[in-house]
Amino acid sequence: MNLLEVKDYSLEFRTRSGTVHALQNINLDIEKGETVGIVGESGSGKSVLSFGILRILDAAARVTSGSVTFAGLDLLGASEGSLQEVRGREIAMIFQNPRTALNPIRRIGRQIEDVLATHTTTLREDMRKKAVEALVRVRIPDPERRYHAYPFELSGGQCQRVMIALALACNPQLLIADEPTTGLDVTTQAAIMELVSGLARERKMATILITHDLALASEYCDRIVVMHAGHVVETAATGELFKAPRHPYTARLIASTPASGQSIATLASIPGNLPDLRRNDLPSCRFLERCERAQQDCASASLPLKEFPPAHSVRCFHPL
Amino acid sequence: MNATLKHVKYVATENPVTLGAFILFSGFALLALIGPWIAPYDPLASDTLVALKPPTVAHWFGTDSLGRDILSRIIVAARLDFGIAVSAVAASFAVGSALGSLAGFFGGWADRIIGRVADTIMAFPLFVLAMGIVAALGNTVSNIVIATAIINLPFYIRVARAEVNVRRGAGYVEAARLAGNSDLRVLALHVFPNVLPPMMVQISLNMGWAILNAAGLSFIGLGVRAPQAEWGIMVAEGATYIISGEWWVALFPGAVLMLAVFTFNLLGDGLRDIMDPRMRT
Repeated sequence: MNLLEVKDYSLEFRTRSGTVHALQNINLDIEKGETVGIVGESGSGKSVLSFGILRILDAAARVTSGSVTFAGLDLLGASEGSLQEVRGREIAMIFQNPRTALNPIRRIGRQIEDVLATHTTTLREDMRKKAVEALVRVRIPDPERRYHAYPFELSGGQCQRVMIALALACNPQLLIADEPTTGLDVTTQAAIMELVSGLARERKMATILITHDLALASEYCDRIVVMHAGHVVETAATGELFKAPRHPYTARLIASTPASGQSIATLASIPGNLPDLRRNDLPSCRFLERCERAQQDCASASLPLKEFPPAHSVRCFHPL
Repeated sequence: MNATLKHVKYVATENPVTLGAFILFSGFALLALIGPWIAPYDPLASDTLVALKPPTVAHWFGTDSLGRDILSRIIVAARLDFGIAVSAVAASFAVGSALGSLAGFFGGWADRIIGRVADTIMAFPLFVLAMGIVAALGNTVSNIVIATAIINLPFYIRVARAEVNVRRGAGYVEAARLAGNSDLRVLALHVFPNVLPPMMVQISLNMGWAILNAAGLSFIGLGVRAPQAEWGIMVAEGATYIISGEWWVALFPGAVLMLAVFTFNLLGDGLRDIMDPRMRT
């Protein structure tokens, strides 16, 4: 059985300027211990999906269809209380801008203890030991001293390490990493990603890596889910996706990833922008207006997910 | 603990104004605590032989119309004036910051109702409202505290609401939710502590204002009653003698009152620096 199953999940935001069809018919399965990348440009719904899974959504959000099941628990139907049990304990999350994600006036050791106290009832001394251990695990130098540090006293990379320590403090089964390396320099990026993937492997923890960096996803993920304008357009094993992308959007994304030795002038880009998700006449293929392969029948009403065994699915009328 | 003390020392030495404010405040606090024991005379004992005498070596601040020592009365009054101000500010801080935080954090109906209540209080001339409350509830010290607390309430509601509101969407608030904290826990443990430094300034400014307000009420004859030593009453009693040239009766309690308000106004900045760990370098 899959650890996380998202089936036919649709989400919209009712705003004053109209209904935003943020996510439509999303399907996503995560197995125990695997690392899945969710890629797509900004605004494609990657982050909203992860917040939707944990049901931390704005009051204007409505789930209009689908189900989310985590380890047998129906997350959409679960009470707020049992969701709070899941958040941080079973599913943890790290995000970009680690500096703002830490409470500025609380010592980092205390913040780790806060998480421990929320989910495990332990003694004061015990918690302190565990918090220092958590800092050791993410390879913070001089953890005994850093335990007393405030976030503003740490570098961006160290803050992200602290975030990871916080997220992993309760041994979650699933870690959602939402652009964990955005805003960090390249060497720190690599160190953080090595740390996350190393810890995930060690604990057999499943990881969802949300990123717009295809190169990063290709390096660390077993499978990749490509999102565009609130749709999952393609899902495949990493190697296969890069070797033979089936969706024109994926193909363009790969072509527009810079490689060393390549001139910036030859770098491909994707024409057009994401469609306005408030439109009521959104075509069933939301890439239609940007697609150079579009044909007459592409505008027809329903667009099925096409399966290419063993595990490659594409949302396109005329896959590559 | 040691680090906190070090930090207090750092803030105090870095800014001489803060240091001055802390020294003055400690002085007033000391008077409030041990005033009755260090006052040279009994503040209530009248001695008509020395009535209305200007400052002398025996009576540094002179004597009033009943021959009571003004210095002793000022010293003893510190406890009452500080007591009123501290309890009034504590009450409005507790209620106001709780209501304001809820309004700022949850928005919607809570915000609308609490906001309108604050607006309604603000719509009155505040001192007149305080007079009305004391007149309606009865002429006692505890009613002065209640009246002062009520008229200060909107300021706390507004500051707390605004400060919580800007932090409601902060990364660490989202992170705390994602770590499985309930809304109230997020508010109490993660948002509210961040709101305290700006609230500290409000508390300190308000304290001065509360003292002034209590003295003002006593000055017009509400609240604290005649024989009791209180700065406002002393100024009121002295006011009648200014024309006839006995200036010291009103001047000294008035000056002390001013100094107390001044102290609290200066204290605010220093307190904020101490509360905010980002100032620790």
